[in-house]
Amino acid sequence: MLRTAQLIVAVSLAVALAASEEIPLSERHSSYQDMSAETRAMQDHDAENPGMLWVLDGEALWQTKAGKAAIACAGCHGDAETSMKGVAARYPAYDARRGTAIDLAGRINVCRTDHQQSPELARESRDLLALTALVARQSHGLPIDSDEARLRPFIDAGRAIFTARQGQLDLACAHCHDANRGKKLAGITLSQGHPTGYPLYRLEWQTLGSLQRRLRNCLIGMRAEPYAYGAPEYIALEAYLMWRARGMPLESPAVRP
Amino acid sequence: MARALINAPARARRGSVIEIKTLISHIMETGFRYTQTGQAVPRDIVTDFTATYNGEEVFRARLYPAIAANPFISFHTLATESGTIELKWTGDNGFSATEQVRITVE
Amino acid sequence: MSATDDGKKMTRREVLKITGALALGGTAAPAAVSPAAATPAEMQAAVASVVGDVKVTQGRVKLDIPPLVENGNTVPCTVTVESPMTAADHVRAIHVFAERNPQPYVISATLGPRTGRASISVRMRLRDSQTVLAIAQMSDGSFWSDRINVIVTTGACLEDVL
Repeated sequence: MLRTAQLIVAVSLAVALAASEEIPLSERHSSYQDMSAETRAMQDHDAENPGMLWVLDGEALWQTKAGKAAIACAGCHGDAETSMKGVAARYPAYDARRGTAIDLAGRINVCRTDHQQSPELARESRDLLALTALVARQSHGLPIDSDEARLRPFIDAGRAIFTARQGQLDLACAHCHDANRGKKLAGITLSQGHPTGYPLYRLEWQTLGSLQRRLRNCLIGMRAEPYAYGAPEYIALEAYLMWRARGMPLESPAVRP
Repeated sequence: MARALINAPARARRGSVIEIKTLISHIMETGFRYTQTGQAVPRDIVTDFTATYNGEEVFRARLYPAIAANPFISFHTLATESGTIELKWTGDNGFSATEQVRITVE
Repeated sequence: MSATDDGKKMTRREVLKITGALALGGTAAPAAVSPAAATPAEMQAAVASVVGDVKVTQGRVKLDIPPLVENGNTVPCTVTVESPMTAADHVRAIHVFAERNPQPYVISATLGPRTGRASISVRMRLRDSQTVLAIAQMSDGSFWSDRINVIVTTGACLEDVL
């Protein structure tokens, strides 16, 4: 309850700032364009993209029966290549039954608990990342399609967090990724913060990670307290960022420095 | 279960040089890191990679902790005859993985 | 760079720009020092374990690493050696060393006439900006080398480790 109250306060504080500083649609680009030729090549060629190792894991898990229901993902959804095409481009999505927004990893866990009758997979666990990567892969090259009508309250809440100062450095996400985008901070170019490639393989992590892990990474950089994985703040941020990147093609599994 | 990605041509002209690119799932823990409570994290790396072509060794490498996680190794070999190229990774804690690719040489 | 020329106070950004320019200039020019001269003792010992007391000549080896590395945790590295790769004349081994890593060894590859072309690629870890050295051993017993000064840039917001 407290959290919801904080979100509402943040929304009211931040709306004015957000409206004035958001990146014009025509100026948006993926961080792929800021990368070196070597790192781009790593993403472009499937046989050199380490993220594809998770997609392979995901393919195996897709066919594996799980839970008390002893049913595999493929048991309901058939071939992921056809049934999951375009799905990741629409997440986070509005879950009418739960009356809330849910991200792709969260949706996979709903399938686990409700249909397979098996425990949730932990956020950032290899299996959850692998299944998410497999599903996201099927939207490779497709434009992000945010369900703006139903997600509006979550997009607004996400924007509020994005534009609110927080942490010991008293920074908002927008300070780097809207106001100073394209400039250098230490050795890196400040990205426009478009989540076009998640889950993605970060050279720094030397592993695949979710957008929530990346957001957590940013919060640590701002010396703010990261939210717990799966927290409504992260879902709201994801909903906002995906809306902000609407129409941009998905690249998962992307590679980033 | 280690997952590997191999990129090698399925067909090649006799006597031509082909490139084989390999990628395998492995954390490549260096042995130089410590946890927040000060405990050393033991080394866990792939130490050896071997490529054999119809049973004959054509390339071998010894890897060290300076090789990044999910090791990528690319090398070349002469397409001599149709058959099987076998790739083998071994390492700490009994790690062992083998992959095979078929090649037709004409 | 005009800020430095006319003596005005340099901003942090300008310092960074200049450092970047120096880095690029440094890698473009051939290394002026002889292979063994500038290397720390451990690196010398590692090299000696491979070459013994044979002289290492600069040349025939091409070490390719991006001049400005985006993240030191995963650095693409290609070593190519000029050689006909025949039974009579081929590359026997390729060794890569990084002088400022916790341990200088990176990879030691064994090649032969069946390898066809003496060119290997890996992704390596570099703890810091440093010199990377590649040494090739030929079938006639001679050793050849190439070295690069690599600038490793670091991201601003690093994740907490472990």
